[in-house]
Amino acid sequence: MFEQQVNNLVGHLFRHEAGKMASVLTRLLGFNALDAAEDIVQDTLLQAMSTWKFKGIPENPSAWLYSVAKRKAIDAIRQHKIHEQHHSKINLALKSEWTLAPTVNNLFLENEIEDAQLRMIYACCHPSIPYESQLALTLKTLCGLSIAEIANSFLTNEETITKRLYRAREKIRIENITLEAPVPDHLPGRLDAVLHSLYLLFNEGYNSSHPDQLIRHDLCEEAMRLCLLLVNHHLTSAPKTKALLALMCFQASRSEARLREDGAVILLKDQDRSRWIRPLIERGKMYLEKAAEGDDISEYHIEAAIAGSHARAASFAETDWNQILQLYTVLVQIKPSPIVELNMAIAAGYAISPSAGLEALNKIENLQDHYLYHSALGDFYAELGNTERAGLSYHRAMTLTQSKAEKNLLQTKLSNITKIN
Amino acid sequence: MEKYMFIFLGGDPSHLSPDAQQAHMQKWFDWVQKLTDEKRYVGGEALLPGGKTITGPKKVVTDGPFAESKEVVAGYFVVLAKSLDEAVDIAKQCPDYGLNGIVEVREVMKFDNP
Repeated sequence: MFEQQVNNLVGHLFRHEAGKMASVLTRLLGFNALDAAEDIVQDTLLQAMSTWKFKGIPENPSAWLYSVAKRKAIDAIRQHKIHEQHHSKINLALKSEWTLAPTVNNLFLENEIEDAQLRMIYACCHPSIPYESQLALTLKTLCGLSIAEIANSFLTNEETITKRLYRAREKIRIENITLEAPVPDHLPGRLDAVLHSLYLLFNEGYNSSHPDQLIRHDLCEEAMRLCLLLVNHHLTSAPKTKALLALMCFQASRSEARLREDGAVILLKDQDRSRWIRPLIERGKMYLEKAAEGDDISEYHIEAAIAGSHARAASFAETDWNQILQLYTVLVQIKPSPIVELNMAIAAGYAISPSAGLEALNKIENLQDHYLYHSALGDFYAELGNTERAGLSYHRAMTLTQSKAEKNLLQTKLSNITKIN
Repeated sequence: MEKYMFIFLGGDPSHLSPDAQQAHMQKWFDWVQKLTDEKRYVGGEALLPGGKTITGPKKVVTDGPFAESKEVVAGYFVVLAKSLDEAVDIAKQCPDYGLNGIVEVREVMKFDNP
């Protein structure tokens, strides 16, 4: 009689294992054989599905998947399906029957899987690949998302994502990007590019441009998972890597409290702080402390410190706006950008006065097309009792965002100021 | 209660993403769990694709089953049901119809009561 011990796989097991196997197989077969690697991954998952649905989940699902993938990889190499020209030690070992199977087995050991993923992150975030293609390639190969899922996350169609992936692969081919780890001299510079990609990936998830879903939890989770991988690896575990992970932890701790059940946005000052995820805040604090080792101070340190300051405040009224304003003053020097200036102006509005905030906002250039700028203007005008200008700003903001949740929030703000009148 | 065999044919999930494949497989786990809880589930096996077919007095061996891929048997269950109608109702719970899957329901012949 059929007895099932476990009825549920770990969430996203297939997706995560798809990413791991794709990384290992690509390291094995060469970056140019990415398609062949993905085919083996696909075949392996299909075989798992067709067997497991009748026989139940094996004791160690990951090991089961790896042994099937290994066998398929060895078959593919034996049948010379892969005409790979990469001159690595691995390639030499694959040419002899004596070393073929042991070499393939070795690459599927836990630390080697991590190593392969790391190489894959570096390759996907290669500076010569355009940023949008970097993200698409990362999500496709490392995170196991389908083209349709990526298209949905970025509010675009499958054709666009296919083009972005094609561009990435063209770059890989033309620039001859390999999965060899960058030489130590290049490592710091390349790490910056990798961290920036993960930062953007997290932001895309945290403040999604998607009309129906303001937070794309899967994108945030993937960014955090990959960042954790970097933190845990000795080559990439720099203070700024830990600072970035701290920032992600602090931001993610608020994700549940940020949205109402109907998807409406809840502002920081209105959030039920008991719904903030404490373990994530604690994690954030821990990584931020670890990030303080060394003299290196990155933009991620400052942003994490700001997010941490919000996380520490027991209520909105207890927010230490002076500290936050100071941190923004540092941030705007490290990473000058209109968005940082916008946030600094908002902090000034709370730390000093609404008119100080308004004054700072009016000095910002190049942000006339951003809904957050007009939304902040509206807030300060409303605070100062200028309902007419507040209304105009909110209306302008509404025309500039795609997100339904953001539109509804602005509508609420609009009706609040008309109530006062 | 009589034994019925559900023969599963076709059902192609290859176009699904890894996440969607896992979600689909979960539906099978849930179904098997339900049948087990109802004490209906007797057993089942999955079949690998491919294989050989032997035909005729000359025992000619050919590669793979003759059927088209949509008709390839993917596996079977043996379940308990009161009647063919009830077995058919149970078979309607199979998660594969959306993937063009086919289920053949057959009663297992009993030899102890001629």
